[in-house]
Amino acid sequence: MTMRMTGAEMVIRALADQGTEHLFGYPGGAVLPIYDELFQQEKVQHVLVRQEGGAVHAAEGYARSTGKVGVVLVTSGPGATNAVTGLTDALMDSVPVVCITGQVPTHLIGNDAFQECDTVGITRPCTKHNWLVKKVEDLARVLHEAFYVARSGRPGPVVVDIPKDVQFATGTYTGPKDVKHKTYQPRLKGDPAAIAEAVELMARARKPVLYTGGGVINSGPKASQLLRELVRLTHFPVTSTLMGLGAFPASGKEWLGMLGMHGTYQANLVMHDCDVMVCVGARFDDRITGRLDAFAPRSKKIHIDIDPSSINKNVEVDVPIIGDVAYVLEDLIRTWRLKGATVDKTALKAWWAQIDRWRAKNCLAYKDSADVIMPQHALQRLHALTRDRDTYITTEVGQHQMWAAQFFGFEEPNRWMTSGGLGTMGYGFPSAIGVQMAHPKSLVIDIAGDASILMNVQEMSTAVQYRLPVKVFILNNQYMGMVRQWQQLLHGNRISESYTAALPDFVKLAEAYGGIGIRADKPAELDDKILAMLNAPADRPVIFDCRVAALANCFPMIPSGKAHNEMLLGSEVSEQEIDEAIGTEGKVLV
Amino acid sequence: MTNRLNETANRLNETAMSTKQPGSAYFLEDRKEVPVTHTFSVVVDNEPGVLARIAGLFTGRGYNIESLTVSETEHEKHLSRFTIVTTGTPQVLGQIKSQLERLVNVHRVVDLTVTGRPLERELVLVKVSGRGEKRIEALRLAEIFRANVIDASTEHFVFELTGRTSKIEQFISIMTELGLVEVSRTGIAAISRGPKGM
Repeated sequence: MTMRMTGAEMVIRALADQGTEHLFGYPGGAVLPIYDELFQQEKVQHVLVRQEGGAVHAAEGYARSTGKVGVVLVTSGPGATNAVTGLTDALMDSVPVVCITGQVPTHLIGNDAFQECDTVGITRPCTKHNWLVKKVEDLARVLHEAFYVARSGRPGPVVVDIPKDVQFATGTYTGPKDVKHKTYQPRLKGDPAAIAEAVELMARARKPVLYTGGGVINSGPKASQLLRELVRLTHFPVTSTLMGLGAFPASGKEWLGMLGMHGTYQANLVMHDCDVMVCVGARFDDRITGRLDAFAPRSKKIHIDIDPSSINKNVEVDVPIIGDVAYVLEDLIRTWRLKGATVDKTALKAWWAQIDRWRAKNCLAYKDSADVIMPQHALQRLHALTRDRDTYITTEVGQHQMWAAQFFGFEEPNRWMTSGGLGTMGYGFPSAIGVQMAHPKSLVIDIAGDASILMNVQEMSTAVQYRLPVKVFILNNQYMGMVRQWQQLLHGNRISESYTAALPDFVKLAEAYGGIGIRADKPAELDDKILAMLNAPADRPVIFDCRVAALANCFPMIPSGKAHNEMLLGSEVSEQEIDEAIGTEGKVLV
Repeated sequence: MTNRLNETANRLNETAMSTKQPGSAYFLEDRKEVPVTHTFSVVVDNEPGVLARIAGLFTGRGYNIESLTVSETEHEKHLSRFTIVTTGTPQVLGQIKSQLERLVNVHRVVDLTVTGRPLERELVLVKVSGRGEKRIEALRLAEIFRANVIDASTEHFVFELTGRTSKIEQFISIMTELGLVEVSRTGIAAISRGPKGM
């Protein structure tokens, strides 16, 4: 299939041929020809954001909740630079995003022209790959390659920078079927010998754990099904990183909760004491491992990852298996059955007895109050009142994010969108807009903090314009809560610049944009107000200002520089322990 | 190019050493492994920006570059070959290989030092000026080193010398005493021994 058309037409045509239904963007001088083409067609719906950063986060939310590639269109110069945070976020969390940027005409490149910037130079380290297309004859191929690279292997963001003269020029369009990538062909199937070795280790395990991550979600729904099947076969305990929540159901009896810095007591101690660790699509991030020389010291480690550079990066593993999670788990389960492998039932029984003792610590316990809403309580109520609905949750970054991960149980993959690797405040709201575009009938809630929401609150206009019933549930404690918590732990409780004075009236703010504002101050009114939010009209966004206890801390917490078995529990820590939690060496760490 | 890269790499090294902790959230293990020097061959699509991609990977991740050379080696296929000499612990060298392989337009990465003692050569142009005894001595030594004279006047020579880095270093250090004016080096090109390609 080849035909002649302009570069701008090719862009829209390629998007349509790649199955793109929604495009998040913001127009400007260097992309006007593409916007002109957008105007004259109906296949691709454009969503006008209010800042380009919002466009990328919206595309990320869209991608994470659907498994499809999110698409962004922005102009040159500031359009491209505003997109950089979102691109970096997508790179860290392996989200497939194609970002098309306009560029000044080729003859002006390098001239410091108006709204010129070196887009491919700036985005080179924050994308999986990028292209500057200088000839219209290359455009169709590059666009299709861009989609291929973004979604294949370990997914990630890509940028296609298109000068304005290339958008006007006429060339030959080729369809996606004619495009083959010459170098990038990631390996999907794992090495059978390594898989057999893994099966043997797992069958011999006395204290096993499955440590799962975002790779299970990225591999597709089948990977989550296979993970559940593997657990049915083995009854191994399962924990997950922040990015992997939902791959295994929170109601499952093998579920330990999230692990890591704010993970559960049982999950972290299981990790510390295990003898066989099966890491499935996770990358031994520093939030997970804690002190590396005390990380799971007596364990053999199996690591399934599609990205060879993740192997032995932070932690040396015994059995690396390079491949896509779904392919590897399928082969692993098949090998397990073929070999007639069985688990060590006696040892596993003792292991589970130990785990139950750890669980009995009830590490997420907090002191509830009748006068003031505790943030944990607010999330528990939100979860209880939404669990029977078709719900998608996004978050911003901070305490509320960790509480959401701890208290909101996820049963299915792709239901939880959060900024893990980069930790981008301002991610959640635009992301929720992307999710709602993809799932117009579903309940989409951005669990937010009062500081984070202000980073992209301008997207209220977008939500109102597209009549999106996104709910923004702000745990408003008037602080950048996690910053304040760290200042308390690390810096003698000197609350430097983390008090958010002069906060807006969020109810009026919502109304000013044309949305609905709700405020809850007292625990007694919380349920009714949440129900009011859930039953709000289906064509307007809601901002819910949940006024919570100002100084609550997020526990459990593994202080910087400490090991999994040195975690602080909320119910047990005294002021003094908080003061002494982090040693001088730990203070230099992030 | 090489020097600039070297500078950046050295600066990164200094930072890493001055603060005992790496810039990560937690202590990295005190790795007992000793850094070693390895030579990598990297075949890439000769596209605009490919050098920046590779150089950026090294600076961004704090790896060393001791020498980096590149040129197009297969014109019809637009393939270029990098020779990169780098120093790191075995774990870091493994990471360098994986990270290079991860770049979308990289075809192949071979650690030549792992596959066998590679042949490594560099070319140097050395300008020496002077008269009388020193001039004669410079020419005599150049002959011993099998350097070619590629430019000369009554006051100067430009020598061309190819060889291993140690030989080049030695030649330059001798010429320092004999009126060395300036030096231009290519950096190392390397290839594996034996009949097989990479």
